Formats: sequence, C-alpha cells, structure tokens
Amino acid sequence: MPTFVRTDKCDGCKGQDKTACMYICPHDLMALDRDGSVTGHAMKAWNQEPEQCWECYSCVKICPQNAIEVRHYADIVPLGGSVQPLRGSDSIMWTIKFRNGTLKRFKFPTRTTSEGSIDAFGNKPMPKMADIARTGTFTSSMMGGFRAGKPEELIRRK
Amino acid sequence: MSAETFGNPRIIQEELDILLIGGGMACCGAAFEIARWAEAAKAETGVDLKIKLVDKAAMDRSGAVAQGLSAINTYIGPDMDPADYARMVSNDLMGITRDDLAYDLGRNVDDSVHLFEEWGLPIWKTDADGVRHDGAEAIKEGLPLLKDGGKPVRSGKWQIMINGESYKTIVAEAAKKALGMDRIEERIFIVKLVNDKNDPSRIAGAVGFSVRTNTIHVYKAKAILLAAGGCVNLFRPRSVGEGSGRAWYPVWNAGSTYAMAAEAGAEMTMMENRFVPARFKDGYGPVGAWFLLFKAKATNAYGEDYMVKNKALLDDYPPYGQAAVPASCLRNHLMLKEMKEGRGPIYMDTVSALAKLRESLSPKEVKHLESEAWEDFLDMCIGQCGIWVGENIEPEKKNSELMPTEPYLLGSHSGCCGIWVSGPEDLGAPTAEEGEYDGVPAHLPRGWNWGYRSMTTVKGLFTAGDGVGASGHKFSSGSHTEGRLASKAMVKFALDNKDWKPELDTAPEQLAEEIYKPVRTFLEHKDYTTAIDINPHYISPKMLQMRLQKIMDEYVAGVATYYNTNDKMLAVAEEKLEMLKEDAGKMRAKDLHELLRAWENYHRIITAEAHMKHIQFREESRYPGFYYRTDKNFVDEENWHCFVNSVYDKTTHKWTCFKRKHVDLVDKSKLFKAAAPH
Repeated sequence: MPTFVRTDKCDGCKGQDKTACMYICPHDLMALDRDGSVTGHAMKAWNQEPEQCWECYSCVKICPQNAIEVRHYADIVPLGGSVQPLRGSDSIMWTIKFRNGTLKRFKFPTRTTSEGSIDAFGNKPMPKMADIARTGTFTSSMMGGFRAGKPEELIRRK
Repeated sequence: MSAETFGNPRIIQEELDILLIGGGMACCGAAFEIARWAEAAKAETGVDLKIKLVDKAAMDRSGAVAQGLSAINTYIGPDMDPADYARMVSNDLMGITRDDLAYDLGRNVDDSVHLFEEWGLPIWKTDADGVRHDGAEAIKEGLPLLKDGGKPVRSGKWQIMINGESYKTIVAEAAKKALGMDRIEERIFIVKLVNDKNDPSRIAGAVGFSVRTNTIHVYKAKAILLAAGGCVNLFRPRSVGEGSGRAWYPVWNAGSTYAMAAEAGAEMTMMENRFVPARFKDGYGPVGAWFLLFKAKATNAYGEDYMVKNKALLDDYPPYGQAAVPASCLRNHLMLKEMKEGRGPIYMDTVSALAKLRESLSPKEVKHLESEAWEDFLDMCIGQCGIWVGENIEPEKKNSELMPTEPYLLGSHSGCCGIWVSGPEDLGAPTAEEGEYDGVPAHLPRGWNWGYRSMTTVKGLFTAGDGVGASGHKFSSGSHTEGRLASKAMVKFALDNKDWKPELDTAPEQLAEEIYKPVRTFLEHKDYTTAIDINPHYISPKMLQMRLQKIMDEYVAGVATYYNTNDKMLAVAEEKLEMLKEDAGKMRAKDLHELLRAWENYHRIITAEAHMKHIQFREESRYPGFYYRTDKNFVDEENWHCFVNSVYDKTTHKWTCFKRKHVDLVDKSKLFKAAAPH
C-alpha cells in the first residue's frame, strides 16, 4: 500500500482521541485500530484505502514517531526504492534510495519565519467600509502588489 | 455527553451570516480577507457578522496545495500588464474566457504573493550577477523582498520558483489566525446546499456531516462561499490498482463545487472544458521547470521534436494555431499524432538538457542544478520521485517518459469549467442592456455584472478558485486572491441583507435523513447476504465510482478512445449516466468514511453529467488535444465562439444548455502577431 505504518514505531499517538496522521490526511485514509480487530495490531494506525492515496506525504511528515513510510504504487513501480523526509521547523531533509542502491540526500528550506509567528493583521490597515465595493483588498495600499494596468488596454471601457 | 451513534446521529443546527465551504487556497484567502472586513463592519456599522468556515479535511494540508508546490504560477510583476495576463488566459483556453474576471484577478494577485513572502514562504531570487538563490539563501544574502523590488526566478513568463513544501501550512496559518479557530470546524463534509423557502433563487443554507463524530450539521446562512475544488477521478485513470490514487490533480477533489452549485440552481459555464496535462508518465510530476527552467525538449521515441515536426497541424486551427505560444490543448494535439501513429513512447530529453547546462557551469553549480531538479518533484509530487528511484532513473543519465493523463475538470489551472459569476464593474464588460442569444432562460441575469463580485446566479451563493468558470490560469495565488475578492462582496451582501432571515426549503430532519440514507440502506440490508459488498439492495461507493469511470472513459472521450467521442457515443453515455444517477439512490455506507465516499461520488456523477451534456451541446471540437468530437472535428469560430452555459433542475433532474455571447475586453489580435516577447 502507498503509505504504510511500521508496527515497531507507531504508538497510536499514545491513545489520544485522534492520531496525528488521522488529523492531517486530506483524504481521510488513516485510521486507528484501537483493539487490533482490523489489523491485528492494537493501538496502531493504518491506511484504510491505499488505492486512494495521493502519496502527498502529509502523514509521513507529521508523524511524531517517524513511523510512516511509503512503498510506492505496486501496480506501477518496481520494488526497492524509498523516498523519506525528515521535516524540521525551517527545512526538510530528504533521503532518496534507488532500487540499485544509489543514495542521494537533499535539504531544502521550507519557511523563513518561525512556525506560529504570523501576525495576520498586526501591521495591516483597517479597511474603510466606503471602499468595500471597489476592486482591491484591504492590503492593496501597502503590499505593493496592485497592478493598475494601462487604461488604453481596456478597449470597451467608456 | 451526547449519545449519538452511527445508526442514530445527532442533528446540530447553526445560524450564521456567512458560511465558507472549503479550506484550500481560495477559502484561506477568503478567511484572511473576510475577518478584517467583518471587523471594519462591526466598528463602523455595529453589525457583528457571524462567520464560519468548514473544511472536509484539515486546513494545514487540504486542497490542491496540500503537498506543496515548487512554483507560484501566477505572478504578474511590475513589468507586465493585467491585460497581458487576460490575453494569455484567453489564448490558452482557445479564446472563450471572461476578460473581466481574468483582468481583475491579474491586477490583484501580486498582493497575495507579497503576503505569502511576508508570512515566511521562501521565494527564489536572482541577484545582481544573475545568480539564483533559494528563498532562505536570498534572505541571508540580503536580497530584497518581491514587494521591495526583489527579482524572482522566472521559470516562465508568469511563473516564479519557490521552496514550497510548507506553502499550504503557511497560508493556512495566516487564515486560521485571521478568522480564529472558534470560527473554523474541520472534518465537516458539506453534501448539499439548501435554497430559501420563500425565494428558490436564493441560498439559505447547507447541510453536511462530520466525518469524525456521528453528527449532522445544518447551517443557515445569508451568504455562502462554495470553494471546494475541481473534479478528479470522474474518468477511469490510467492506473487502476493502487496507482489510481496517483491522480495529477488531488484525488480528493470530487466535483463537490460544481454538483452542489448546479443542484442549487446556479448557472454553470464551459463545463465542456477539461484539462489533460501531459506530464511525466505514471507519477504525473511537473514538467514546467523542465521545459522552461532547464530548457528540455520533448521528443518522440526516435528523438524527433514533435512540436517542430508537426507544426503544420497548428494551421488547422486559426487563429489559435498562430499564437506565439500555442494553447496547451494544441501542444497535446501535436504529441497525440506521434502516439497514435506509433512513434511512442514520448520522452522528456532530460539528458541533453542537463548536459547542455553543464557545459557552462562549475561543478558546484551542477550539484545545485541537480538539487533544483529533484526539489521540483519533492516539493509537489513526491510520487514521481518514487517512480524514478524504483526505475533507477537519474535524469542526467536516463530520459523519462511523458504521457497525457486522464481528463480533469477544474477552473483554476489550465481549465475553465465552473460557475458563471458576477464580475467587476469598471472594465467595460457587457451590461444587461446589451443583446444576448435567444435561449438564455428568462430568470437569469443579462450582462456580466449583477451587483456582487463573484456571486453566482443564485442570490447569496458565491464561489472562487476552481469554482469560477470561464477564466482559468489562477493557480494557487490567483485562487487565494479570488477568495479575497469574493469575501469582500459577501460582507457587503450580508450587510445589505442584514434584516433578512433565511428559511430552509426543507426541514432539517428531512435533510438529515436524505444525507444519511446510505447508512440507513446499509443497516437495513446488510444481513441479507453473507458478502458485505455483494448485495442486490445496494451499491458500494467504490463500484459506483468505477461504473462512472468506465462510462466516461469509453464514451465521453477518455484515454480508452484517445479522447475521441461523437454524438452517438454521447447518446449512449447519456442513457448510462441516467441509470447510474438513479442507482446512486442505492448507495451504501458502512461507516462514516464510506458515507464521505458515497457523497463524493454522487458529486462526481452530477459533474460528469454536466461535462457530457456540454460536449453534446457544443457542436464542434473546441479543445483539440483535450477532446475531439469526431462528428464535428473542427473549431467553428462562426457558430461557436461563445460560452456554453447550463442550468440544472433538481426536481426534474434535467439540464438545459444554452449559448451566451462572448465579448473581448482586451485586444486579442496582439496574440497572433509574430514575435510577441516570451
């Protein structure tokens, strides 16, 4: 199956009401098998619909135990390779292993501010209701992104 | 503690002023903008608008940008004009787009991109020596922000490169902070919209359920933003095993935007349009950087550049074939000729491209280049890396196959299907006084503006991103911007209607029973047979989906027929889809997860039906390379240079298709002069 959960690492997020992977999966694929009645492994997560997995890695990146990996689509991909990330607060490290054993490592930045630091409106103006029907956003006046355009380009405007 | 169970859910009712449905780029933009205008409204008018956002997933990783992106595809910059952007959109979509919508997005979109950078999205920059730096390095080097004149790395005329693994989490953080978590509820899947009891042309609410708790949620609202993405997996995918999840566009885009809007009576537009991206085979990894940044060529199996070799085919489609950059569909058309005549596989010549770049680079720069090439996939399509490692493909040593995918329906990428919306007033768009084709139903507005930006033809129902039709090429940044533009208009609408009280046309208990029917069906019949999936009283959502995909693939121009269909095949599809729609009444749901799938697939069926009806109505082949009507295998500018729009009647379950006049607001002839700078 596309994502798989390692039995030796998953701790079911210690029995909280939801696991990290269940919380994050955009397609509602990850489930927690509380009593082991489905998978034979109590208190561990599993991918309940692998053929719907986009391999987006959201669960892989968020898992606090690094318990989730990906065995790429078996109906397409030869076995033996792996692509595994380690996501930090400002960058992500990738370890890439080819079927023939070739190894590559890459590190890319992910964010230039610290997580949780966004101040949505802190330095932003308060809009005036008189402007609500005008084009533009409440930050148009300060973000330098409004492109007024040459009037002569609008061939029907009176 | 409540005692709700799977068989006995609890109904929760809420009264709101504004409901936002979705959590992707469009709704994140809306959340950010609306919170500030609501604050201003409260301060100036004393009206405290009650607002809520519901997402079927978790906002940090929901929507099309969940995985991340390696580029922002719409950034105008200081040197281009919104009119240039509107022209490009029109050209890529074979001339039939709304210039008012594209232009308005073009003049506003950079504002969102500048915010993304401020929030922490790393954006690549070029320094004074022309050397490119990733987004973190650019800051260390002291290069200015885009807002302050920083030079982005252009991977195309409109695209800029980013380190976008965390793109969505960053944008979601700003949205969540702006709106506040007390006004956001995740894992609520909205199944249908509800019209007003006293005015059926008006929206009054929506109903859905929690995928986590046994609760059904009924919302009343004056204004609703429906921005729940495009439609994926309505056609049989090329991979039908585990790989069926490896769609190019996100597999969780289920057509909910189109289906719910249509059922609420909203006028749809250009639902015949589709997107068939030519991408790296099986993984559907992005090709943009390979073509534009690394200057790679695509060839047939014998090394011939089919864009050069088959150039004469473009002459069959004047004037679009004469554009400086041929439309995406026409590029597919030239590729398909090679495939159909047996000169496949098609390859991206990564080996020659990288070898050529290496000639002028130092070893350190070569290493950097390799890393950039891998990041392009790792930021947005990790599955493609999975294929490369499994098949031992190192791009400097081995070329990779390209393949056109199964069709997708969307309005934000290189596609323009969606909902007909009210546009801006100041761009010279057609007014209600100007003429329109006969056949436009009398209850629908004339002209391109009816009061509130981004409002559909259903009063109070707004849309953005993949929902807004007849535009396209918005991508992530443009969808965010569209959400912002719509949300302002929604605040105005809510204030203008502050004394009006929505009344649902159906009682909450009845709505709850309707959406819970697949569960009831399952519980009632499950013990009739010994095999849970084989039961004459119900159909599993999975089989319903496979039947839909088979019909669409074989009769409505899927990959099985090389994207060919005709009037006869469409007639067969029409009949089969009607029976499929009837059988959707027998969907089963054995748990909440399957109830989610059941209604997603119902949304896919309605969307697919709209697609089929529009292709049937438009008696030409407007998008050669995306689909061909072999009985009308030409572009007919005289009769079909127009929008095809439709309305759906939810009581009779019938579609009515009609033409709307197309008007240019910017001069398109500039596209077809030789040597336009690209």
